[in-house]
Amino acid sequence: MSGAALLKSSASELDLDRPNIEDYLPSGSSIQQPTAKLRLRDLLDISPTLTEAAGAIVDDSFTRCFKSNPPEPWNWNIYLFPLWCCGVVIRYLFLFPARVLILTIGWIIFLSTFIPVNLLLKGHPKLRAKLERFLVELICSFFVASWTGVVKYHGPRPSIRPKQVFVANHTSMIDFIVLEQMTAFAVIMQKHPGWVGLLQSTILESIGCIWFNRTELKDREIVAKKLNDHVQGADNNPLLIFPEGTCVNNHYSVMFKKGAFELGCSVCPIAIKYNKIFVDAFWNSRKQSFTMHLLQLMTSWAVVCDVWYLEPQVLKPGETPIEFAERVRDIICARAGLKKVPWDGYLKHSRPSPKYRERKQQSFAESVLQLLDNK
Amino acid sequence: MGNASSMLTQYDIEEVQEHCNKLFSQQEIVSLYQRFCQLDRNAKGFISADEFLSVPEFAMNPLSQRLLKMVDGLNFKDFVAFLSAFSAKASVHHKIEFIFKVYDADCNGKVSFNEIIEVLRDLSGPFISDEQREQVLCQLLQEAGYTRNSQLTLDDFVKVLGNSGIKMDVEVPVD
Repeated sequence: MSGAALLKSSASELDLDRPNIEDYLPSGSSIQQPTAKLRLRDLLDISPTLTEAAGAIVDDSFTRCFKSNPPEPWNWNIYLFPLWCCGVVIRYLFLFPARVLILTIGWIIFLSTFIPVNLLLKGHPKLRAKLERFLVELICSFFVASWTGVVKYHGPRPSIRPKQVFVANHTSMIDFIVLEQMTAFAVIMQKHPGWVGLLQSTILESIGCIWFNRTELKDREIVAKKLNDHVQGADNNPLLIFPEGTCVNNHYSVMFKKGAFELGCSVCPIAIKYNKIFVDAFWNSRKQSFTMHLLQLMTSWAVVCDVWYLEPQVLKPGETPIEFAERVRDIICARAGLKKVPWDGYLKHSRPSPKYRERKQQSFAESVLQLLDNK
Repeated sequence: MGNASSMLTQYDIEEVQEHCNKLFSQQEIVSLYQRFCQLDRNAKGFISADEFLSVPEFAMNPLSQRLLKMVDGLNFKDFVAFLSAFSAKASVHHKIEFIFKVYDADCNGKVSFNEIIEVLRDLSGPFISDEQREQVLCQLLQEAGYTRNSQLTLDDFVKVLGNSGIKMDVEVPVD
């Protein structure tokens, strides 16, 4: 089977950046091995490739990652319907205004203290950082209160120390708020338009958050450098990275980008699992804006979720950053009950590289040539 | 039926079932409809090439460009009819006919030497040279009693592939 060995080595050379997709996918595109001699039927029979294509059209693991689950209707009979209607009235006419009020009060308190602290305490950077940290945690608690967040934190609270980075699975931007209310993390995030972008560039920047544009290649280098600088600083807020790079529906996990795992520091996994009993916390950015997503959360009964701070992991000797990333992903997925898929979440915005197709072509070509040699 | 939020009625389902010769059960058709709506992101009533390619597993397939010509712009009924060849209930003849259509790019009912070479090129890419491809195919055609110039018909395909136990079944997930 020299053909297979050859295929394996060249495949790994092809793709150093990501976990091996072939490990996850059914392989079927090569001609059945037992036939000793190549016949016309072997060449004409394209059914394995066609079956794969049709299988992908009927169902595929990538789109499943981003499928929002519609709420289970429970207003289906005459007894439940009035109850459900009462619920709607309470949620929209009482809860929602009350929550808007809470959020408004939160913002007033926050802005009226944050701005003076930011402007007046320039001479006391340590005190200023501490206060700002506290205030950001405070406003995040107001946010969590505004959707009656019932959050259970398990495990020790993160501490501030250099050379550590936190990684978590990503379901919605509210992940960040939920984590932030406990500890003021500095987060690496995609730049957003609108009011979120404004918050990002003013308030969150003061606690050390780093923004980038995922389509800009130049941004990546700058971010990589900023990351390195940040983790070395002893007084910086702990760094939080969502290595999936995109929101996934909390049933699956897509590939972890390796950036967080090659900083040379210990990686503390955080697993976040939302309970869908009242509302689906998945932010499907294609379908709704973040404002609409927040409104949806604010008109629901509650957002229930569990957060686990898991044991810090370090790079084992001889382990590549990709293997390390996969290992940490295993830990998070096991804890949060997520299914792993090999896809890069950025495929939402781009097409897969032709490398994958070439790999299939190569395996087909090699099996043909091998059968030819057998003659 | 273009509206994503609309439900299929019993009549719709039966109509679609007739259209695909009852190769899919009613439940399977409901599942396929949900999938169709999911892929048809803008609710146009058909799935564009770009939407098909947004499924990475499909985009990676060596034959995806060829298949796109067959599926581009299909409405739901024809989408189901297209997939019916992959039903476990479809006959071997039906499946071979589908394979034949994939080869027969100009739809003239005959598959020429060049058409087979084109498909082989899709499948093997740059990993087999053009000469080698032609040489292999020539040789195999001769062994099977054809020549380089023969035009293969559907009957020829049935003869060649008929008893090789083609496996071409795709299970439609039903919840």
